[in-house]
Amino acid sequence: MTARLGWAPYALLLPSLLYLVLFFATPMVQAFALAFQGPDGSFSLVSIQRMVGDASFRNALLTTLVLVVLVIPIQFALAMSMALIINANLRGQGLWLYIYALPLGISELAAGIVWVSIFTQSGWLNSILMGIGIIDRPITWQSAETPWLLIGCVLIGEAWRATSIIMIVLVAGLQSIPREFLEAADVYGATTWQKVRRVILPMLRPSLQVALILRTILAFQVFATVIALAGTGLDVLAGEAQRWATDIDNDNVAAAYAGLILLLSLASAVLFLVLLPTREEHQA
Amino acid sequence: MRTRDRLSYWRPLGVIAALALVVSACGGGEDTGSGAASGDLVMISSQLVPTEEAETMRSEILANFEGTVEFVGAEPGPFNDQIRAQEEAGEGEISVIGGLDGEFSAFAADGLLTDLTDVAEELADLGINEDFLELGKLGTDQQLYIPWMQATYIMVARSEALDYLPDGADVNDLTWDQLTEWGANIEAETGERKLGFPAGEDGLWHRWFQGYGYPAFTGGVNTTFASDAAVDMWNWLTETWQYVNPQSTTYGFMQEPLQSGEVWVAWDHVVRLVDALESDPEAFVAFPAPSGPEGKAFMPVLAGLGIPTSAPDPDGAKDLIRYLLQPETQATTLTSVSFFPVIDADLPGDLSPGLQAEVDAVNAMLEADDALPALLPVGLGEEGAAHSQVFRDAFQQIVIDGQDPASVLEALLPNLQAVFDTTGAPCWAPDPPSDGPCQAQ
Repeated sequence: MTARLGWAPYALLLPSLLYLVLFFATPMVQAFALAFQGPDGSFSLVSIQRMVGDASFRNALLTTLVLVVLVIPIQFALAMSMALIINANLRGQGLWLYIYALPLGISELAAGIVWVSIFTQSGWLNSILMGIGIIDRPITWQSAETPWLLIGCVLIGEAWRATSIIMIVLVAGLQSIPREFLEAADVYGATTWQKVRRVILPMLRPSLQVALILRTILAFQVFATVIALAGTGLDVLAGEAQRWATDIDNDNVAAAYAGLILLLSLASAVLFLVLLPTREEHQA
Repeated sequence: MRTRDRLSYWRPLGVIAALALVVSACGGGEDTGSGAASGDLVMISSQLVPTEEAETMRSEILANFEGTVEFVGAEPGPFNDQIRAQEEAGEGEISVIGGLDGEFSAFAADGLLTDLTDVAEELADLGINEDFLELGKLGTDQQLYIPWMQATYIMVARSEALDYLPDGADVNDLTWDQLTEWGANIEAETGERKLGFPAGEDGLWHRWFQGYGYPAFTGGVNTTFASDAAVDMWNWLTETWQYVNPQSTTYGFMQEPLQSGEVWVAWDHVVRLVDALESDPEAFVAFPAPSGPEGKAFMPVLAGLGIPTSAPDPDGAKDLIRYLLQPETQATTLTSVSFFPVIDADLPGDLSPGLQAEVDAVNAMLEADDALPALLPVGLGEEGAAHSQVFRDAFQQIVIDGQDPASVLEALLPNLQAVFDTTGAPCWAPDPPSDGPCQAQ
């Protein structure tokens, strides 16, 4: 195979490789270098120390981890159900797909603002609750004094906004499972649950792995939804990176935050590759 | 088998996509959208940055200027970066800088500004405020920036809140303690916390500390940062916060929660309150900021216009400055973005009621017997944000997290001092002047 193709595959790979090196790898290395420099440009740990010593650092790290740990399972459960509904060939299958994919077309900040109009004191949620007489006075959902409520708001906003990307990957995965496998399972009298557990989920493993990696990395970068819904009430890592870069104007500490996000994302990617080995890796 | 092949493509593809996403987290490029067509006069400004204000600047204030202006509003970080980058490169597109007094002082210290004495002389007939012109010299004998427009911060309340004013309190001459009482009365009657401050991401909350809270309670800002009087101020704020809408940490512009009724009494920049007053002048009242033990502190904001030494079109830049100072343009600036004139022109006789309410409140504040003007940070340049951050950090730790004020202030003192050590900036009013860098205490 390889002999016959010769250098052609490599030549074809070259443009994208160049692109990645130029626009991703190089800035990444530069960012790391920045993180290990002081404001005067000399190499030192002073920026890292400033990041760790900052009053918001612990909160930002904790909140980001809490959000990742909570939002990923919720989104996977939702995305899996949505993907199965679409794959069930119900009437109006296309319509479901469009409705589910709608948030994909909306920017993160716009989604955040939509949710603000729902959760703010004079917003839709309180208006509805008061209208049907469940509460007689608006509830403050977005207060720094009730951080769990605030995290709840962000979770709902994030789940709405970013579940579709997982769903798309899972739908693609589901549709590539050969019909014969499921027919064979039917022949042996498998129940729906058994089919999901024994056929669909194992066949879906590579898609699940990809979706998990993608989504977790995005979750570590959560930013605009938090800014819109929580303002200064909730710190997250990407928000701190932005604050140091634009408000405080210290690129070194901002790069340190970016580096930390990168390391966390890489660690989670490796974790998923190890925890969810695909078939080829099993055989190897 | 075919299926598995197809499936297995997903993995490497996914990993590449994933890596790309990881890497993009490290990007962080900042594009403030310069890149003007050649021939356009480029003005960069740290004022009128919010989209609506910038759009008004382009479509109304600059409408009658002969020539095309590319107006770029920029946050403090990119604002400084772009001007300094142009200076380092020795060439660029920026011809006019619109900024605050404190921002110009940092540029002037590095010799980035052209002398505009000739422009000031030409414009003498307009009657630009003498004090402002003096500020524009930044302590030199050159006119380094021309005063452009001014603003400040005031209070606005919904009319129904007036029913809950403490006994004997005059809304036009309140104390901060009376504000607490006012908030408590409202809370007692309605069960809701109706005071409001812009403590969100886009809010100007740090200015309250720098120009209102600290000076009013301690008579200083930097030299009284960790004083006993400062602890009193923080205790006052912590107590008052029980009556402040807890959603305040999401508020950027107080006109919005005032209009929706989430907040009844708010403090903010005049520009960020005017929509409420204009929307229904009957429903809102504007009034001066309350007084503290040391006086009625307030922060006048002076924005100016300068020309960088590297400007590609200094003549066009001077034309633009002349244009922006004309009485008609100054009037448009007032009516369209609510920044007040710096020239001695008669204000348009028929100001809208909302704007008139603001003008009255500002005048009442200026003319108060115990008026105590507190300047925006001077000479900090890029470190201005770090200065503001100290106050926001203190707020987070003391009021939100409930930590002991004295120890928090003590712990933050080195951060504040670092700002002065980095910049060498002396103290500014109402702190007493210092020889050399200001010493935070």
